[in-house]
Amino acid sequence: MPSSPLPTTTLTRRDLARLITGIENGDAGALRTLRARYEQGGRAHIVGVTGAPGSGKSTLVAALTRLARSRGRTVAIVSVDPSSPFSGGAILGDRIRMRELFEDEGVFIRSMANRGAPGGIARATADVAAALDAAGYELIFIETVGAGQAEVEVARVADTVVVVEAPGLGDDIQAIKAGILEIADILVVNKADRDGAERTASALQAALDLSMPSASATGGHHGAGSLRRAVPGTDDGGWRVPVLKTIATEGNGIEAVLDAIQRHRQHLAQGAGVQRRAQGMEHEVTTRLRDLLLQQALQQIAPARFRALVEACIARELHPDDAARALLDDLSRGQEQAPGR
Amino acid sequence: MRILIAKPGLDGHDRGAKVIARALRDAGMEVIYTGLRQTPEMIAAAALQEDVDAVGLSILSGAHNTLLPRVVALLRQNGLGDVPVFAGGIIPEEDIPDLKAAGIAAIFGPGTPLAEIVQFIRDHTRPRHS
Repeated sequence: MPSSPLPTTTLTRRDLARLITGIENGDAGALRTLRARYEQGGRAHIVGVTGAPGSGKSTLVAALTRLARSRGRTVAIVSVDPSSPFSGGAILGDRIRMRELFEDEGVFIRSMANRGAPGGIARATADVAAALDAAGYELIFIETVGAGQAEVEVARVADTVVVVEAPGLGDDIQAIKAGILEIADILVVNKADRDGAERTASALQAALDLSMPSASATGGHHGAGSLRRAVPGTDDGGWRVPVLKTIATEGNGIEAVLDAIQRHRQHLAQGAGVQRRAQGMEHEVTTRLRDLLLQQALQQIAPARFRALVEACIARELHPDDAARALLDDLSRGQEQAPGR
Repeated sequence: MRILIAKPGLDGHDRGAKVIARALRDAGMEVIYTGLRQTPEMIAAAALQEDVDAVGLSILSGAHNTLLPRVVALLRQNGLGDVPVFAGGIIPEEDIPDLKAAGIAAIFGPGTPLAEIVQFIRDHTRPRHS
């Protein structure tokens, strides 16, 4: 992929940083700017990096970024950490592992609080990635919050998902549970110098082999390791999920991971990406429609009516589902329902 | 609100910085914490990309008279002259006037109540949402 000029020609780094803040805050002006630039996007390769807390995601992203830079590519990193459910504040500490990238003009790092969103990323993460894409960054890493088993939202935003595991985090039944492993396009066993790395890698490989499509469906490819996708927005299309070992702190195994990321992009370009992008976009539009409908509905529902129904639920006179349906009935009866009743 | 907490200089004591970061988090702020041994250049670059509302510097190394004004100068160079910079750590009383003249908005010595720092940030950051 040809290297485009540094992405500062039309948008300064300062402008971009401010645009991202506006997007995070749902600022109407920022969203207008993003819309105006939207057609300039779609060229970046968006790579999600997810895995358990402490598995080494930040260090791996930093190492991959250094290598990608040495190959002449511009890189943006969106690093998501959790917001406190109590104060709404957050400590965003992923930069600690990325210090040598701060001053590189071809790298843009943005820390992001998830602001209570479930799924491992923030609600605005997709739009922030779109802004970085439109600004011309060629490779965009989205590092999720330290994810457990169900934080799979990143698969809807990213073209390629790297799941990072570390040795000793679970037995082989963990490896075949549903969830995060199923969204992996690339599996990385980081901290491969630790005890049990080999066992973790083979447990993951065995789990992949278990989910291998039946021989009749694949024409008998042997050893194919594709996971069947449970998440809309992904598809296997014959991709074989590699299990790669790294020691990110020492830069060991990083080339193989970046090569696999590149190979997956080529795989997507050969057709597999079309369906994936379509499903991701379908989800994106649906989510936004849901948010807008909810917002609109809440504006039309009289607060007194809402409170009365909540009280009835607390008193166990109503199930929350009945309350929601009663509100929906009010709405579909429409404007005849006088507000403030 | 987004606040950068950074530790310039070569000393390896970040307990104070972590206490402040935690207090700001508990006050509902988003704290970008960059860790030890940051150069002024790194701090300015992070402040730019993270679009922060304020920069807090914790310094115990004794090099505050060179490092702190340098951070302010670099922020100004990057168009971030309106971002207030505050500092904490071991800073002798007699150095404070020069640091303030160089653009450090406030200096909090050891034992400053955390609520005072939180209030300072609230009072000195520009309102967002244009």
